[in-house]
Amino acid sequence: MRFRAKMRRWAGVALLALLASVVLSACEKSPSVLDPAGPIATSEANIFWFILGLSTLIFVVVTAVLLYSVFRFRARPDSPAPRQIHGNTKIEIAWTVAPSVILFIVLGITIGTMFALAQPADANTVRVRAVAHQWWWEFQYTAPNGQTVDVADELHMPVGTVVEISLFSDNVIHSMWVPELGGKTDVIPGHDNKMWLKADKAGRYRGECAEYCGTQHAHMDFVAVAEDSGTFQTWLTGQQAAVQKPANGTPDANALAVFQSAGCSGCHVINGISPANIRLIGPNLTHFGSRGLIAGGVLDNNPANLRQWILHAQQVKDGSDMPSFDGSVPTVNGGKALTSDQLDSLVNYLESLQ
Amino acid sequence: MAVGTVATRGRAARRRWSQTALGSWVTTADHKRIGIMYIYTGIFFFFIGGIEAALIRLQLARPDGTVLSPEAYDQVFTMHGTTMIFLFVMPTMAGFGNYLVPLMIGARDMAFPRLNALGYWLLFAGGLFLYSSFLFGAAPNAGWFSYAPLTEATPTCLANQVGTLSAQAQAQLAANAAAAGGAGCFGAGANMDFWIIGINLLGVASLVGALNFVVTILRMRAPGMTINRMPLFAWMTMITSFLLIFALPSLTVASVLLLFDRHLGTHFYQAGAGGDPLLWQHLFWSFGHPEVYVLILPAFGMVSEILPVFAGKPIFGYTFVAWSGVAIGFLSFTVWAHHMFAVGLPTIAQAFFASTTTMIAIPTAVKIFNWVATLYGGRLRFTTAMLFATGFIAMFLIGGLNGAALGVVPFDYQITDTYFVVSHIHYVLFGGAAMAIFGGVFYWFPKMSGRLLDETLGKVQFWLMLVGMNLAFFPMHILGLLGMPRRQYTYPPNLGWDGLNLTSSIGVAVLVVAFLVFLFNYAKTMLTAPVNAPGDPWDGFTLEWATTSPPPAHNFDTIPVVRGRRPMWDQKHPELADWRTAVH
Repeated sequence: MRFRAKMRRWAGVALLALLASVVLSACEKSPSVLDPAGPIATSEANIFWFILGLSTLIFVVVTAVLLYSVFRFRARPDSPAPRQIHGNTKIEIAWTVAPSVILFIVLGITIGTMFALAQPADANTVRVRAVAHQWWWEFQYTAPNGQTVDVADELHMPVGTVVEISLFSDNVIHSMWVPELGGKTDVIPGHDNKMWLKADKAGRYRGECAEYCGTQHAHMDFVAVAEDSGTFQTWLTGQQAAVQKPANGTPDANALAVFQSAGCSGCHVINGISPANIRLIGPNLTHFGSRGLIAGGVLDNNPANLRQWILHAQQVKDGSDMPSFDGSVPTVNGGKALTSDQLDSLVNYLESLQ
Repeated sequence: MAVGTVATRGRAARRRWSQTALGSWVTTADHKRIGIMYIYTGIFFFFIGGIEAALIRLQLARPDGTVLSPEAYDQVFTMHGTTMIFLFVMPTMAGFGNYLVPLMIGARDMAFPRLNALGYWLLFAGGLFLYSSFLFGAAPNAGWFSYAPLTEATPTCLANQVGTLSAQAQAQLAANAAAAGGAGCFGAGANMDFWIIGINLLGVASLVGALNFVVTILRMRAPGMTINRMPLFAWMTMITSFLLIFALPSLTVASVLLLFDRHLGTHFYQAGAGGDPLLWQHLFWSFGHPEVYVLILPAFGMVSEILPVFAGKPIFGYTFVAWSGVAIGFLSFTVWAHHMFAVGLPTIAQAFFASTTTMIAIPTAVKIFNWVATLYGGRLRFTTAMLFATGFIAMFLIGGLNGAALGVVPFDYQITDTYFVVSHIHYVLFGGAAMAIFGGVFYWFPKMSGRLLDETLGKVQFWLMLVGMNLAFFPMHILGLLGMPRRQYTYPPNLGWDGLNLTSSIGVAVLVVAFLVFLFNYAKTMLTAPVNAPGDPWDGFTLEWATTSPPPAHNFDTIPVVRGRRPMWDQKHPELADWRTAVH
């Protein structure tokens, strides 16, 4: 039948399109589960390849018998009347036992791996508290001297060291996931979940919220920065420094005046500048300039993006707590847009907070 | 029946509304008409849910898509899932059950015909109610499993939304929210109220139907039709009905507690006030996993009817196919937390749920082997219905295998809540349930309407659906592995996700074309095909083929006496009758 040949050709085109899209996607850097950079992800990727192999084998065998039957037993004018076979208990028992054996082997491997991954392998850990907001990630470190370091959108971790993360949410359920480093753990209000990660090689790994958490679930990303131990310590020390109050009349002082008068200081803290008891709604900005991402991982941190974010936050990320300072809301900055000069000084100042 | 009397009286008296074309459908308690109304409603909502799917895939076809706003996307994906599960697969399966079970077991109607009508009209009301939310711009928006506390609100914050609070009360509200921490107003607006009430209406509809099926199947079988001679579709409908009866209360409780939280100020799911968000997940999935089998078991039943007829031989291992269904039914109540491996359950509890998940894969595998063995050695007639049933085996096999992979807990930590899961559910529900439903439509359409659908168009539709669904859903496996979480209204470029998403969207376009081919086939058949289908157009085995197409209101002139599992085969081949050659 010509119709059937045509259908086959179209199926071929479709398969080619699928393959092409796989090959094309391989050229870009994905946060891939199959590109592990740590022991957890490696073990999870290995178990995937094993399952994939096994599943493929089962699929090929069953489909082969199916297709064989389809072609071999297709009704033809000379086909004999089929034998009326009602079943065969021995065969039934065989194909109940066979998958059971395979599945219980898989179960054994599953449970073994689960217990191995449940506890970190070594005691020398870095502890981080991850706070999930709607919709951005806050990471809190406690330095050896007891001082707290408060970062947004960036999880710094030393290579080769176990990082134990306590997960905290006071809003909805989120899920913390760095595909290249390991599986996810949900962040649930009222539950003190913990997870651990370890990176084997330095790099910047994409982190995401994996549990649907409201309008901007798509824009709740972060980056896990794995760096060698020395760089990490230097970073942690640098982050502890408070900001010095600028002298009166300097551009920085003007910027700070805008920061106060426009209302930024109602939600954001700058250590050394802000009063101690501010309720933090947005990220702590003390070392804002040192960060790679802003706006919950949506934008790269550069002056142009920061300008855009301050002016049009609601266009960049509709529904976030950050208001647009473009004069569109009467209660924000008295309903006035920030002037270009105000913006410039604010952006310059914030980017200078290294 | 006393047709003459009714007609005489009708002529004398005023024509009653219940005798008009529309009125006769609205007031009917005939299981066949109710079944047909269920199926029409189901296919209608398949169309609506398909439009939602198309919108989702338009939005995701390219990175940074702007087809839908984030708020609209959330409503559309929530309603897509809710619709396809509660308003497409469940009603359609209930429709086939209603139409076929009494015919298959040789009964004149369901046990409780008026209850049956009530079930349908509750479904109708529930569907209408859920969709009326769009008129208020407040369609449900928290996903089909509606996790608390994203769905939470308090009476005060809801009142504040409507603007009825004094300034003083507003200040108090702000203070309370700050003090309580977790007791926020994340599900403000009426969106979730529409969902809760709509779902409960649909729940009562299903419960009523399920009770009716159980009584009908257990009490109204024709003489000689023992449980072990019952068609497998009736078996699967019975198991499904028991699942609904035991699973639905859990959903009712979960959603009513949420309603209490929202409107009476309780704190069942609010961590800040001593409740627990995980309670929702346990209650929901205690319903949710049996529900998955509620969706697929009737499909198993349909395929187990279609394959043997077109293979010209009995189902291989009837007892194993039937009892593996029972095993699945029981086990389905023990696997719920495999939806929750990432919530931080104790490892030992996770090991338990991994084990039960492994166990439920065994009876499922047994079914697949039996279907393949049914084809082996047969004389296969590839009608459209048979193509769908055969395609079902291959697609459901993929859905079963990637489902078993999700039970491998360490791997699940990686791919739960990603597009891999989306792929899995679509191989099971589209490759499984929807393929079986279309197979069933082509198979039983002549019985229901007296007309035969166009087979060539049907085959075009089948191949389009097979290619389309694999293009749409296979790339989602890879997207999940490449780190794409589900339920994102958009995604950035340069992550290697663009091509796969585009492929998936093209696949959905093919599926849309396939559905249009079906609609055209339906319209063409209803408008042009003569009502002349024979009572038994496919050389069938079961009792629905023993009567005319369509059957009279009373189904059978005389109730048949059954001596085996294939009464029609026995009648057509007395020398080879099952009761002569097989023992059961």
